[in-house]
Amino acid sequence: MTQSLYDKIGGEAAVNAAVDIFYRKVLADDRINGFFEGVDMEKQAAKQKAFLTFAFGGPNNYTGKDMREGHAHLVERGLNDSHVDAVIEDLGATLKELNVPDELIAEVAAIAESVRDDVLGR
Amino acid sequence: MPVITYDKQPYACEDGETVLQCLTRHGVAIPSSCESGVCQTCLMRGVQGRPPAAAQQGLKDTLQAQHYFMACVCEPGEDMEVVLAGADVTHLLEAEVMAKSALNDDILRILLKPAQPFDYKAGQFINLYRPDGVVRSYSLASVPRQDECLELHVRVLPGGNMSTWVRDEMHPGDTVAIEGPVGDCFYVPGRPEQPILLVGTGTGLAPLWGVLRDALAQGHRGQIHLFHGSYSTAGLYLVDELRALEEAHDNFIYTPCADEPGDDMNAGVTCERADLAALAALPDLKSWRIYLCGHPDMVDVMKKKAFLAGASLSDIYTDPFVYSMTSS
Ligand SMILES: Cc1cc2nc3c(=O)[nH]c(=O)nc-3n(C[C@H](O)[C@H](O)[C@H](O)COP(=O)(O)OP(=O)(O)OC[C@H]3O[C@@H](n4cnc5c(N)ncnc54)[C@H](O)[C@@H]3O)c2cc1C
Ligand code: HEM
Ligand code: FES
Repeated sequence: MTQSLYDKIGGEAAVNAAVDIFYRKVLADDRINGFFEGVDMEKQAAKQKAFLTFAFGGPNNYTGKDMREGHAHLVERGLNDSHVDAVIEDLGATLKELNVPDELIAEVAAIAESVRDDVLGR
Repeated sequence: MPVITYDKQPYACEDGETVLQCLTRHGVAIPSSCESGVCQTCLMRGVQGRPPAAAQQGLKDTLQAQHYFMACVCEPGEDMEVVLAGADVTHLLEAEVMAKSALNDDILRILLKPAQPFDYKAGQFINLYRPDGVVRSYSLASVPRQDECLELHVRVLPGGNMSTWVRDEMHPGDTVAIEGPVGDCFYVPGRPEQPILLVGTGTGLAPLWGVLRDALAQGHRGQIHLFHGSYSTAGLYLVDELRALEEAHDNFIYTPCADEPGDDMNAGVTCERADLAALAALPDLKSWRIYLCGHPDMVDVMKKKAFLAGASLSDIYTDPFVYSMTSS
């Protein structure tokens, strides 16, 4: 049996290891941190976990429609391609820090890419 | 529009309205204090219908499983039948006022002796009840096995309902009702080498005074830095006691901070906000354990900055002293 991407990266443990690093990068990234200004950091971190699990090809029930609805209020506030690029870049940098091999990082980026149009409501 | 049933009466809940707002608007009195989902004064239980997860945040697992929730942050997603939490879960009990003294011009030290054994951790808080039902939260500055009484530090606010009552009408020998303990801002044994940063403003020192002495008593060996801030040197308190602790323990460092330089500026007081002074002195907080108590804005901003400075979210403990703008 071939291992899934999620297993290769390290499953839930990898998500947990990545979430602090990724969230810290996002909050420090002036291109996108305006979108993440919630007071409740635990709630925000939980959402980052959902994002990472999805991007790592892990178990989730998100549909394209969910992605559309989940980000519609951000599109109204000006969410565009440059912001998706920034998120994918921060995601890549996070995985590099965790010594994930480049070919797996590329697969993760491809999963995030696959919902770009949904996220941007196109 | 969900319908909330309380005491057999149905009440229509408007969009964006909480259960507390809905019931209060219809003239039903529900005890409340912080109105921010912190103090648990407004604890209720869903008999029918499930409360949203956001209304259960911070409650014990056992209470969550029984559909307890905080009415002030519960925007119902469905029809619910609700009841007030009983005294068995809220742990309402009597306590005798043993002493009252001044820590500085506007902060009082109150010592309380509960009528029954009271199991708590230094840094948690209690809810104090005024006889007419006004409720406010106060942090526990005492340490269980060290101090005989519960110790509170109450800052008297001009026009403050509870705090002026404490100043004017609560006397040694009186009996008051308290509930608790509540909160998770306390010292957890284990990892005795981990460096600890404590940042508090005003009476935010109360829980930290408890946490600090608890950590030292439990043999914490890593560095413990305390930054206590106030608007001026006159607002600082326990300065001599903290300096004495600093003398007695190699691993404890105390930095009193004042926003404004006063004429009476003591030697050794840093003229900077406590959170900024802490970040300047400790720019890398990776692997630190952090306690933030006091002014809600300071706590929120510092939490984010501490996280950006490398601290893990699970290592940051906070106690924002939130208060309701519409307090009765
Ligand atoms: C978890 C928790 C722990 C707390 N621990 C402590 C503690 O250890 N010691 C302590 O003194 N307090 C503590 N507080 C705050 C305390 O619960 C009350 O809010 C405070 O004592 C004011 O109550 P009051 O009835 O005197 O004033 P209120 O009648 O509630 O308020 C009077 C006026 O002052 C305003 N106000 C209220 N609080 C403040 C503030 N902090 N700064 C500026 N304006 C304000 C109100 O909006 C109102 O206009 C804590 C709060 C929480 C949530
Ligand atoms: C690149 C593809 C993206 C994917 C796969 C993705 C996925 C997700 C997921 C799974 C959630 C959690 C939803 C939930 O359960 O509540 C979420 C929430 C969120 N996303 Fe994205 N996201 C993407 C891009 C972006 C971008 C580019 C931004 C902004 C720069 C962004 C900002 C947010 C915010 C702010 C939330 C929380 C929304 C809220 O608080 O309601 N996302 N995203
Ligand atoms: S938790 Fe609801 S009033 Fe404090």
